[in-house]
Amino acid sequence: MRNAFIRGLSALAESDDRVVLLTGDLGYKIFDDFARRFPGRFLNAGVAEANMIGVAAGMAMAGFRPFAYSITPFATLRCFEQIRNDVCYHELPVTIVGVGGGFSYGPNGPTHHALEDIGVMRTLPNLAVVCPGDPIEAELSVRAAGSQQMPVYLRLGRAGDPVVHRQAPEFRIGSAIVVREGSDCTLISTGGILSAVMDAAALLRDLSIDAAVVSMHTVKPLDGGFLERCSKQDRPVFTIEEHGLAGGLASAIGEWFVQRNMACRVEAIAVGDHFAHRSGSQNFLRMQEGLTPEQIAHRVAKTMEVSVC
Amino acid sequence: MSGVEEDGDRMTSALSLQQHCRSIRASILRMAHDGKTPHVASCLSSVELLAGLYFSALRIDPVRPEESGRDRFLLSKGHAAMAQYATLCERGFFSRDLLRQYATDGGALAEHPSPGCVPGVEAATGSLGHGLSIGAGLALAGKTGRDRYRVFVLLSDGECNEGSIWEAAIFARRYGLENLIAIVDYNKWSAMERTESFLEPLAAKWRAFGWEAAEIDGHDVDAVTTSLHSAPLQTGRPTAIIAHTIKGKGVSFMENDLEWHYRSPDANDLRRALAEVNAPAAVPVFTA
Repeated sequence: MRNAFIRGLSALAESDDRVVLLTGDLGYKIFDDFARRFPGRFLNAGVAEANMIGVAAGMAMAGFRPFAYSITPFATLRCFEQIRNDVCYHELPVTIVGVGGGFSYGPNGPTHHALEDIGVMRTLPNLAVVCPGDPIEAELSVRAAGSQQMPVYLRLGRAGDPVVHRQAPEFRIGSAIVVREGSDCTLISTGGILSAVMDAAALLRDLSIDAAVVSMHTVKPLDGGFLERCSKQDRPVFTIEEHGLAGGLASAIGEWFVQRNMACRVEAIAVGDHFAHRSGSQNFLRMQEGLTPEQIAHRVAKTMEVSVC
Repeated sequence: MSGVEEDGDRMTSALSLQQHCRSIRASILRMAHDGKTPHVASCLSSVELLAGLYFSALRIDPVRPEESGRDRFLLSKGHAAMAQYATLCERGFFSRDLLRQYATDGGALAEHPSPGCVPGVEAATGSLGHGLSIGAGLALAGKTGRDRYRVFVLLSDGECNEGSIWEAAIFARRYGLENLIAIVDYNKWSAMERTESFLEPLAAKWRAFGWEAAEIDGHDVDAVTTSLHSAPLQTGRPTAIIAHTIKGKGVSFMENDLEWHYRSPDANDLRRALAEVNAPAAVPVFTA
């Protein structure tokens, strides 16, 4: 998704000279081409994320469209108050780009994991929270963010995220994408776990469970029309996210239903309330949390009361 | 023009600036009293700095407050909002009636400024350590964008504890933001204690970060305007003006008394204070 992001940003910068990229000293080599093509529009703000966000806000006040990039926890948690006061309070078109959603930086350990960023960023008024499901969505999300008049948080995976979409879907902030039709249950995914959810749906097919898969790439604002249809359909909904339960996709959807006194059977599949103390790859850490395709399929099938061997 | 006449002009303008300062002080005291709000002493230490900015240094037009080439001013010490509101009003950005809305339910003027609350307020502040980074972003845009302007940021001395100030200091030097000027209202007090023991040497800190720094008497309007006009002190480097001030300046019983970081003046305090600041008669009393 990192490369897809910079591809999308380069295309955007080509057509909009207000677009500038700031990084918190991360992205070795991947921005070289951008810096060469757009002189003066690439800035290394140094290892100083709070200042980077303030600078981005100042530039946006003067008419620029800054994208501020770092590894997710540093781009969100370290400079949370700057995002809140300088960007969101002023309703400025700044896009905060967090690379490394969930366990993307698995072996780097919990300091680099991003399991609370959606929850934290979702608390901020005026901020759209966008978690593309694959590189295709990531590239499209950059243009969508660039055309917003408001702040956006873009939560990316890292490198090597599998491509899910065979062709580019229509991508609009706040509009869920149905990636696979299905009639027995609905799997709602956000972020880079999408390909694992698609694999889980394929496994469920073998168990004669026809699961729909949806990329709910925008966690704020949620696609209310889609959720309303979920409520009306008499089929179970599963949310799957590489994020803690508190504040994430399941939490957002739950809030949406309770705010409207609307009923829907929803089961949350998310990361537990703890730090990962053991070293491990993204796949290992997903397995620890029940987020592999097999584990997701097993859990869905169990709820659907289909025996699994 | 002879040297004598120049001196005469400067004298006239300095006197007029001092009159504005007295008027601004009177407005601050009334707002603090009517609104029953704190931070009156933090506002009083900033008066000459704000007057020097709005009446002399800033290239601004109160009639066109959003003109794209205007100089920018950011009140990073947002708790001195009363002083900024009073100065903007004094400079003609909005009518005196608006000051009455200060700290009222549903009013436009909050204890800390909100975005676009009144013409002339460039940014919402209140949490310390934000203004210099925003200012650096504006200054960068002012170097690379279509318009050329200077950006002034007023910091409190206590605010210099914030790490983000020094992040911004490194950034501004790195990108050669000579159009960025930080002014430290060095009134020697943070919210709980004297600041010199941990801030000194303050000017040397800014110089060590690659800034040019000057130290002035922040209540000498002539020194204030001269230093504001002389920035940038060096091409390619941002400028820090360390303004030595007195917390509570102008009201004897508020000067250097930390109580007045918190207390708001009662009717008796207000009467005594107004007599001391000796505001020009033209300033209308808007207390009922």
